Amino acid sequence: MTIATNIAIEAVEANAHPHLQDQKPPFRWTRIPLHLILAFGAIVMALPFAWMVLSSFKPLSEIFLQPPKLLPMDWAPENYPTAWAGADFPRGYFNSFYIASIVVIVSILTSAMAAYAFARIRFRGNNALFMVFLATLMVPVQLTVIPLYIILGYIGWIDTHLALIVPAALFNAFGVFLLRQYVRGIPLELEEAAAIDGASRARTFFTIIIPLLRTPMVALGIFTFLAQWNSFFYPLIFLNTEEKFTIPLLVNQFKGAYSSDWTSLMVAATLAAAPLLIIFIIAQRQIVEGIALSGSKT
Amino acid sequence: MSAVVEEPKPKTGLAKPKFEPPPIRESAKKARRQDNMFAYLFLAPQLIGLVVFMLGPLIFAFVLSMSNWDGFGTRSFAGFSNFATILSDPQFRESAGNTVWYTVLSVPGTMISAFIVAYMLQKVRTKSLYRAFYFAPVVTSTVAVAAIWLWLFNPEISPLNNLLRNLGLPAPDWLQDARFVIPAFAIVGIWQGLGYQIVMMMAGLENVPKSLIEAADIDGASELQKMRRITIPLLSPTILFLSITSIIGSFQIFDYIYVFMGPSAPAASRTIVYEIFQRAFVEFNFGLGSAIAIILFLCLLALTGLQLMAQKRWVHYTE
Repeated sequence: MTIATNIAIEAVEANAHPHLQDQKPPFRWTRIPLHLILAFGAIVMALPFAWMVLSSFKPLSEIFLQPPKLLPMDWAPENYPTAWAGADFPRGYFNSFYIASIVVIVSILTSAMAAYAFARIRFRGNNALFMVFLATLMVPVQLTVIPLYIILGYIGWIDTHLALIVPAALFNAFGVFLLRQYVRGIPLELEEAAAIDGASRARTFFTIIIPLLRTPMVALGIFTFLAQWNSFFYPLIFLNTEEKFTIPLLVNQFKGAYSSDWTSLMVAATLAAAPLLIIFIIAQRQIVEGIALSGSKT
Repeated sequence: MSAVVEEPKPKTGLAKPKFEPPPIRESAKKARRQDNMFAYLFLAPQLIGLVVFMLGPLIFAFVLSMSNWDGFGTRSFAGFSNFATILSDPQFRESAGNTVWYTVLSVPGTMISAFIVAYMLQKVRTKSLYRAFYFAPVVTSTVAVAAIWLWLFNPEISPLNNLLRNLGLPAPDWLQDARFVIPAFAIVGIWQGLGYQIVMMMAGLENVPKSLIEAADIDGASELQKMRRITIPLLSPTILFLSITSIIGSFQIFDYIYVFMGPSAPAASRTIVYEIFQRAFVEFNFGLGSAIAIILFLCLLALTGLQLMAQKRWVHYTE
């Protein structure tokens, strides 16, 4: 697969990125009231975060101050080592990170494979099977969580990370659906060209389809990673031992154990929120567009 | 009689090498078989997942809902008694009512404010700066969000209540007062859910053709007329999508409540999913829990079906 494929790929890539010209409206003085409203809204949205971060630096004595103040009067950075010692945060980060990463990689690769088969191969039962995948999108997780708990208990996976990883990695109906839409949008000529050059189905998939699915796969990856990292319901049900806890479980447990220690709770919340907020600030555009893209194709 | 399914048929514009697929039926069959094999191979991982982690549990859920079982002892057939028990349970009825109340408060609240913000954002240049602020709660875990609001809802230390008092408004004990606990959840839900809807609506608004707005300008249409006659009809598919997904989402509210209240929350603050969790994983009554989950499922199906039926009246699709 050389000449024909390359020509075809270039043709497609030239069309794949029509310039998303960000036509900015010109600055007008009449827009100032608009800015005032938007800025007010933005501040309202940011205040809870500001409260969280600033309160995490307050000494305990300032909590009951009336009226409450946003800024600490005495800064107490020692709250951080205290809270850090109260729960195993490094392990929590590690657990959350590796679980989310494996789920993202495996579920997106297997979804792309399934999507390709559904979009391009006329095998027996293609449409019916795809409809089954689609229909499962309507099933709320709460309906399957009880049987899943029993089944996973039977296999012996309760209180192991496998209970969180395997089901999420091996079943991603939304991913299959989204990627199938995109595979259908790829011109058939590319695969035909590859076939002329003698490429097998598998080779076509990995060298032509996967690179062209980059955008939706990254979007789906962001979407899945966020959902996994922040997931609370499944970990709460499937995990019992503290060293297996993910970050959200750790914060929840912190809340129970230090119910009156408000500053430490804010430290825990800050520690839980910080990694994704930092990544979000760095890669705002990709994250927002990825999530918009995941939603808009539905 | 074309021989091979999905065999190359070069089209115009691409290199057209002289290529004839061998018209032998035997090889065609073989290629087709290979193709099928390949399809099943590629489908295998997700297919296994579908059967083991979705279809199996789904059937099992229906079986469980008709059983008496705590997961350890013997399972006995219960018929529809779990459904009868739960539907006549005053606690469940209250929880269902709370869920509906939460949905009524949070879904329109989120959608209307998201529309207003998105509509204003498309008119300014510093879109991405504002967007960052509105979107930040979306990437934050529900547990961290609940921890923050736990403080903001505590009447003794809340800066929010202090502000309300200064404005001469009632400053309730949000989470303990039965009248205010569901509105409190709705405030958090709106705060966290707003950014996603803004982004979706902005994507929808970008598809409104500039030429239509300009034509309306020439005709002297007011801002409100343009919004009502052009923007909202063209945005209606996005609005339908958001209303379906956000109603489903709000019926499944759980995380905030569990962090706020812990297990065994007071009656006024419980919702349907909280009941599922409570019955199945605190009381280990899998039958009752599954029955509630099936009721939830049927409610969501009905609500989505109703919206899809009603869409003909107000959703406009271009093309």
